[in-house]
Amino acid sequence: MIEIRELYKYYGNFRALGPLDITIEKGEVVGLLGLNGSGKTTTLRILACDLMPTSGVVKVDGLDIVADPRAVRARVGYLPDNPPLYPEMTVAEYLAFAARLRGVATGDVKPAVEYALKHTRLRKRRDSVVGTLSHGFKQRLGIAQAIVHRPSVVVLDEPITGLDPVQIVEMRKLVRSLGGDHTVILSSHNLPEISETCDRILVITDGMVSASGTEAELSRSLLGQIRVEVTVRTPGADPNRLDGVLGDLPGVITVAATRPAEPGSDIVTRLVNATEDVRGRLVEALVGAGFEVLCLTRSRHELERVFLQLAEAGGEQLSEETDG
Amino acid sequence: MTKAFLIAGRELGAYRRSWLGPAVIAAALLLDGILFYGWVLTEKLLSAEALAQFFYIASGPMMGAAILLSMRLVAEERQTGTITLLNTAPVTEFEMVLGKFLALLTVLAVMTLLSGYMPALLLVRGKVSLAHVVTGYAGLFLLGSTVASIGLFASSLTRSQIIAAILALVIFLPLLAVWVIARFVDPPLNQFLSGLALHHENYRPFMDGVLEFHRVVYYLVVTAFFLLAATKTLEARRWR
Repeated sequence: MIEIRELYKYYGNFRALGPLDITIEKGEVVGLLGLNGSGKTTTLRILACDLMPTSGVVKVDGLDIVADPRAVRARVGYLPDNPPLYPEMTVAEYLAFAARLRGVATGDVKPAVEYALKHTRLRKRRDSVVGTLSHGFKQRLGIAQAIVHRPSVVVLDEPITGLDPVQIVEMRKLVRSLGGDHTVILSSHNLPEISETCDRILVITDGMVSASGTEAELSRSLLGQIRVEVTVRTPGADPNRLDGVLGDLPGVITVAATRPAEPGSDIVTRLVNATEDVRGRLVEALVGAGFEVLCLTRSRHELERVFLQLAEAGGEQLSEETDG
Repeated sequence: MTKAFLIAGRELGAYRRSWLGPAVIAAALLLDGILFYGWVLTEKLLSAEALAQFFYIASGPMMGAAILLSMRLVAEERQTGTITLLNTAPVTEFEMVLGKFLALLTVLAVMTLLSGYMPALLLVRGKVSLAHVVTGYAGLFLLGSTVASIGLFASSLTRSQIIAAILALVIFLPLLAVWVIARFVDPPLNQFLSGLALHHENYRPFMDGVLEFHRVVYYLVVTAFFLLAATKTLEARRWR
């Protein structure tokens, strides 16, 4: 469990962070979302005890990072944006070194290395020299060193930076698999990525949490609506009735036509704005009216709108606009 | 302490697998050998004088090697970002500094041992005592470790190895040359300044086979000072 209270970090007279208050429960996968320079990395570095706060309280499993940094470091695994790898070592040598450095007993080093290799699917690369690995494998090895001592908290700074699409999918699976056993906190400025990987999103703007929640909660609370994209086939049903069926649903505000997501003369796609999550009722109504539902997704542009407004206008302003 | 040995082990591996360690050792030994055969053995000297001359000429490559090998110790880790692994592990800054220092001492010890054939020649063919050889090597090693601690401190100040080497020279050269200034000032300041000299006043007794306790203390104190300074520099970085 992570508790951050009234945290401030100044670099000279520049306030990089604060006031910051965050609580993360055990086993959660939480994403810090923010633009470059918003304070994500500073937050993560403080959590990993790489940097000390100017003021405030940060506790990991009840241990204060200033009063007991060694004990905290033994409980935290950290992957910085640039994985800290020694190029001359082999993968297994490096992980054994990281394990021993983090306090794993000599007899337990081998199983610890196996655990990290297995979770990051690096077993076939155990004898490879680190300097010869591709960027994706280096990133995996960075995560392996962060979990080799089985920490209760795993801190990952931009874990998908520079990965290709296949590697991103693998990395997402890997991070999700860490949740439960470990409390995971990661940062990214990649919006779809963080929303697909994390249980909860904390939007960091100007060193403060400007919004918090799941993607649905954020869009509902900040935009006052949820946007859903639905694609249907219309055999046996009257295509002209589609907008009526959707518009009659309780909670639906607007229905707008958009370019069909799939080819086909009988396939149509609509964007539905609603005050709440209407997806269950929507499917029921469409099927009842004889439409064949091909695809139903949250609009990808929805959280992007939230994020951009938070980042550019500031959370408070947006909240006021929404409330008003 | 275990963590310091662990860090030292990794550093030694890095020296072994890179060109820098072997290259610096080879260059220092080559220079030692050339000076020994070209200068010491060509002059008509008593064996003890020749041995003292050997320790004199060996001190130059030793100091040079200590600076060249120490400049990367922390600067390289900061440059490549690997220092984050150490910073976020349950390791104190002192263990980090000590580990790196122990690794460098090991490399310097290997270099010192490899130069042993030269005094061995004098020991076998001339009339010198083993105590003279041991005392001379003790002085040489103390001098090397002191310069290494200066280099390590300089390396903790920057992420550039070149700047680290320059900073080390900026600290090292005045300490080396302070005995010259001592010649031009009046007592008791001249005694104080010559007592600070890294090489001249403090090293010569070792060259001559004379073991003086306060000379040993001088080198140990200067070494401890710079190791502590490196430790505090790394600690302060977390709070900047």
